[in-house]
Order: sequence, then structure tokens, then C-alpha cells
Amino acid sequence: MTVIGWLQIILFCVIVLALTKPLGWYMTRVFNGERTFLSPVLRPVETGLYRISGVDETREQHWLTYTVAMLLFHVGGFLIIYGLMRLQGVLPFNPAGQGAVAEDLSFNTAISFITNTNWQNYGGESTLSYLVQMVGLTHQNFLSAATGIVLAVALIRGFARASMRTVGNFWVDVTRCTLYILLPICIVYTLFLVWQGMPQTLGDYVEAATLEGAKQTIAVGPVASQVAIKMLGTNGGGFFNANAAHPFENPTALSNFVQMLSIFVLGAALTNVFGRMVGNQRQGWAILAVMGVLFVAGVAVCYWAEANGTSTLQALGLSGGNMEGKEVRFGIVASSLFAVITTAASCGAVNAMHDSFTALGGMIPLINMQLGEIIVGGVGAGMYGMLLFVILAIFVAGLMVGRTPEYVGKKIEAREVKMAMLAILILPLLILGWTAVAVVYPTAVASMANAGPHGFSEVLYAFSSQTANNGSAFAGLTGNIVFYNLTGASAMFLGRFFMIVPAMAIAGSLAAKKSIPPSSGTFPTTGGLFVGLVVGVILIMGGLTFFPSLALGPIVEHLAMNAGNVF
Amino acid sequence: MLREIRPAIVLLLALTAITGLAYPLAMTGIAGVLFPTQAQGSLIEKDGKVIGSALIGQEFKDDKYFHGRPSATVAPDPADSTKTVPTPYNAANSGGSNLGPTSKALADRLKEDVDKLKAENPNAAVPVDLVTTTGSGLDPHISPASAQFQVPRVAKTRGISEDSVKQIVAANTEGRLLGLIGEPRVNVLALNLALDKAAK
Repeated sequence: MTVIGWLQIILFCVIVLALTKPLGWYMTRVFNGERTFLSPVLRPVETGLYRISGVDETREQHWLTYTVAMLLFHVGGFLIIYGLMRLQGVLPFNPAGQGAVAEDLSFNTAISFITNTNWQNYGGESTLSYLVQMVGLTHQNFLSAATGIVLAVALIRGFARASMRTVGNFWVDVTRCTLYILLPICIVYTLFLVWQGMPQTLGDYVEAATLEGAKQTIAVGPVASQVAIKMLGTNGGGFFNANAAHPFENPTALSNFVQMLSIFVLGAALTNVFGRMVGNQRQGWAILAVMGVLFVAGVAVCYWAEANGTSTLQALGLSGGNMEGKEVRFGIVASSLFAVITTAASCGAVNAMHDSFTALGGMIPLINMQLGEIIVGGVGAGMYGMLLFVILAIFVAGLMVGRTPEYVGKKIEAREVKMAMLAILILPLLILGWTAVAVVYPTAVASMANAGPHGFSEVLYAFSSQTANNGSAFAGLTGNIVFYNLTGASAMFLGRFFMIVPAMAIAGSLAAKKSIPPSSGTFPTTGGLFVGLVVGVILIMGGLTFFPSLALGPIVEHLAMNAGNVF
Repeated sequence: MLREIRPAIVLLLALTAITGLAYPLAMTGIAGVLFPTQAQGSLIEKDGKVIGSALIGQEFKDDKYFHGRPSATVAPDPADSTKTVPTPYNAANSGGSNLGPTSKALADRLKEDVDKLKAENPNAAVPVDLVTTTGSGLDPHISPASAQFQVPRVAKTRGISEDSVKQIVAANTEGRLLGLIGEPRVNVLALNLALDKAAK
């Protein structure tokens, strides 16, 4: 570890903190339906969309209607992607002549994109046409991100409102989120990325004759426009197979730094939106503090492990850390930092191959995902995931002192706690359940690229990533077989929607409750004690649930490595 | 609930048209005007022919050139399409080795490469990036240490002094942005082009 390395990490944290408040202010205005500086241009487009689709923007929805609208929207999104992938061979914008994608891979990819996972069983440049990349994937990058954000906003409204039956209008929220937040940032961001060297063209792959006279086919495409929303919307699905490690998908150290920022900004700003909507910004900062503690701890371990290298490298006298699967322009620090960020948020973009990380360095991304990606988290998904843990922590605190727990003026009762538990338990059920099935199914075992405990880690990582809707991988695992395509799709689908529906039920039940003013017996939820309590609940829950599986994978691998074993 | 079906169809199609077609196509048009070189892939031409991209590494085996990092990219086997063959720096199918920290295959490969490099230059420590696989398989850079390591070989093959090669390396070394962000690096293709140019 170096001083310059830590300075880069600190600079990153400072910029995220500085952006949280202004962006939170702007997003709150957007979701409250207020005018913004973009309204003169965008308001006519917005009202036009409502007119053609028959949406009455003044009519709010019950939580159940809101959820059904969201689900219908996703059914449509699924059909578009699946249809385009199956038919890409006969559709335009296909200069590389890619043929139809197989049924199971199309199914997996369609589920993957509507759930904001962007698991890559496909290899971008070798499988998909430009049309699929744009209309299929880019559009769903926007809409699955917008969905995550508006669901978090609906849950926040549940806390903020009192004695109301409605939580907002899904169509209005999605439209405003896309038009006022995602699209304007992406337009500026795309141009920045092209300036840094990212291609944005509909032209053919380039045939080059290299300096030594060999032939090199260079894949290009409309990359920048997709990468902008892939990062901002914490989607993470790469244009290219190597994702953000590919020099076209992440050309410079600066593009890398901005990409890391863009993964975190909207998620961090949502904590401020929460504070503003419940009437006390310190409530938002307390949540961000919980995230910050877990984040910095993860970065420290991952950076230390990668800078330390492996015993194989040390035995050969190679110093400078574990550079296997990393890129020179990013080095150890930006690769470790990126890995922690992308799994803390549910982004899943990678700028280095996680499969080649050290055992402990690769365990941090794994833990981040298993905790449900609540450290800033996927846009929106992290916020509602974190609020579920807050409900549990408040419940535990209530048990300790023997009073009905309250949070931001709402009584937390049996229904909320049951729903929170339901949502949180879906993670271990899918992750551990499917991993257990995979390791006794010979075809699934044959897909492992690495022998020994690392092979187990590959499978555990795959289901952790898909259930938590991350999308990064220990990519050595051959995921594109029927078994993983179907089990993975189920993990992504259930991991997303079985978390959302209970969260929305909580939103509805909270919105209907009266707001009670704080009294002398109210547990203060803006101080260090609260932050410590939530961190503790998260780590204990996660530790009890996942420690045994981690012990079989990364922990035993680390011990084996130190003992000089290779597999 | 039924009245949610119309927006589910119409709004989905409208937003798809905006974000999936209008946005990428408009960005393609604007980027092509503002940054035409980058938008096409930062291609380098020599005598009117494309010889590569400034951002994409290519394979160098000749002793007179600086070599890049090991690349694990593959291509479909021409003899059997269900198999793949190693094809370093295949820019149509990016990817890394994905070998883990306790992989025997990786340990063996590393030992072989380190021994080879030690034989080539026994006077310097082998830099780690010169023997580890790039994440994308297309890393255009090596560390300044890896460039220094290869100076004696390149100078000897070309029959020029090590100092003149070192000068060209120094001129092609990029530092950290603002002295802080990123890592010092040398673009291998740019360096080799500069060497060829100096030889003329």
C-alpha cells in the first residue's frame, strides 16, 4: 500500500460526499414534482408522454397498484430484449453479422437486464449486434435503474407520509427519473467518455495490419452511450466481454476515476433524498455513515490483500502486488477500489478480473454482495435494502429497552419486521441453495475453471452476484450452459422481486400510519450509537448466514496459499 | 389495475425509443463531430493503412520491439468451432486468464516466463506486470520498470546505444494525472513506433 494509493481513495470519498447534498436536493425536487432548471425543455416532452400513454399525473397509486405497474413494465421489457436477441440476425445495425442468440442465453440475458443485474453469460463483441446493444440493453439500463430509484423513493414516501393510502404514481416517477435525472447526466457523460477515447460509432469492426504484420480485428461500436448509463444506473453490463478492463470501455485513469464516482453518486444522493423527505437531513447522513464505515473497511482489506500479492508471486521474487488480471493504467489501488465499489453498489462492472484476485481480496466483493449490496447499493435497491436492515436494527433496539420501536416518527410493528425478514432471507435461500445444488451436479462442477477451493468460490460468487443483482463474476466459470442460464435467471428474478414486493408492502403500511412526534423515550437515530447498532446488525446477520460458505471458499484458499499449496 | 396496461405498453415503447434509439444515435452524431478520432476508435494509420489503435495493445514478438504483457485472449479454432485456440491480443474477443491465486497452471506459467526473462536480463528484477496476464487481454501499456527491463535487448538487437533507447522510453512515459490519479505507464505501440521513426 502506498501513500499515493490512499490519497486516491480519500479523494474519491471526498468527492462523493461533496456531491451527495446538491444531487439529493435536485432529486428531491424531481420526485416532488417541482420545477427544475431543465423544465423549460423537458416539461413538454414529459406531458406529451403522459398524453399518448393515458397517464393522469395527478392520480396517485396504492402500493399494490404501484407494484403491479412496475411488474407490467418489466414484462414488456423482457419481451423486447428476448425478441431482439432471437431475431437479431435478420434485423438492422448488425455489421458483424451476429446470428440469433440461443434460447437459454437470451432468457438469461433478458432476465439479467430487467433486474438490473447485467450478468454477462454473453460476450458482448462476439455475440450481440449493435441493435441489441442499443435498443435491448441500453434502454433497459435506463429503465431498470429508474425502477430501482423510484421504488426507493416510494419506500421513502412511506416513511415521510402519514395517514395516506398512496405512495406516488409509478409512471410519473419513472418518466421524471429518466428524463430529468438519468438522461441529462448521460448526455454530458457520454461526450466526456468519447473525449477520453471511448468509441461511439455504428461502423464496422476495424481490420488492422499490426506493426509486426499480423492481422488484428478491432471491435468498436456505440460504446460510450451505453457505458454512461451502465455506470450511472449501476447496471454494469459490458459492451465488451472484458467490461471496464477493456481499453475502449475505460481508456484512461481519469475515465476510470469518473466511472467509479458515477457508480456511487446517485445511490449516495438517495440518502440525502431520504433525509429531506422525512424532514431531517441528519437521518440521511446517519445512513450514509453506516454505509461509509462498511465501505472503508472493505477497501482497506481488499487493497491490503492485493498489494501484498500471492505466495506464488512472492516465491518468484515478483514484488508490486497481484497484477494478474489487472491493467497497468489502473494498477493495484484503482483496481481494488473499483472492485469494492462495484460490489458495494450493485453495479457489477469490473476493471480487473475478480477471479484472479487474491483469496482475501476477492472475498470482500463476495461479502459486499452477500450482505445485499446495501453500501450505497444499486441505485435505489441499496437504499431500500439498507432501510430493511434499519428496521431490523430498530426492532432489536426496541427489544433491548422493551418499547415499541419507532423510526423517523413511525412505529415499527410486527408487519414491518416480518416483511423485512422475508426480504432479507431471500438472499441466503437463493445463494446458498443454488450453490449447494451446483456443487453436487456434475455438469455444473465441470464448468469451474479453477480447481480446489477457488472453484467453489467461483460458483458461490456466481450465485451471490446474480441473487444480489450485481452482475460481476469470477469469470473463469463457464456460465453459458443451460444449468447456469436457468438457475441464474431464477436467482436474479427472485432476488430482485422478492425483495421489492415486501419492501413495497412496508411502504404501503408505513404510509397509512400516523406520524408520532419524538418523545424523551425515542431512540435517537442520527448519532453514533445508531450507526454502530446498524453496522452490528448487518455484520452479525451476514456473518451468521454466510461465514460457513466463506470458510469453504476464500478463507481455506488463503490458508492453503500461505501453506504453499497450488491446485 | 386494467388501466395500468396502456401505459405499460405505450410508455415502455416511447421510453425505449428515446433511450434506446434517439439517445445513442444522437450521441453518435454529436460525438462524431466533436471528437471524430476517438469516436472511431483512436486508429493509427501508417502509409494510409490502419496499423492499430492507440488504445489497444498488440502482440510483439520480435526482439527489436518492446513486448507487451501476456494476453490470454482466444479465438474459435478454425478446425473445430466448439474449441478455442490461444490468440494473444485478439481485439474481437477480450478477456483475462481468470486463473486464481492458487492455480497451478498460473504458477507454472509464471515460473517459465520469469526464468526466460531472467536469462535475457540477469541484472534487473523482473517487473510483476511483465509476466502477469492483462485483465482485458488488450492492455496497451507496460510499467516504466518493464520498459527499462527490455532496454538492453532492444538496444543490442537494433545496434544502438542503451542511452538513446532510454531517451525514447522516457519521452513515451506518461505520469499520473495531476501527480495523483492512475499509474505511470508506457504505451508499447507508441514506443515501438517512435523507435522505428528514430531508426529512419
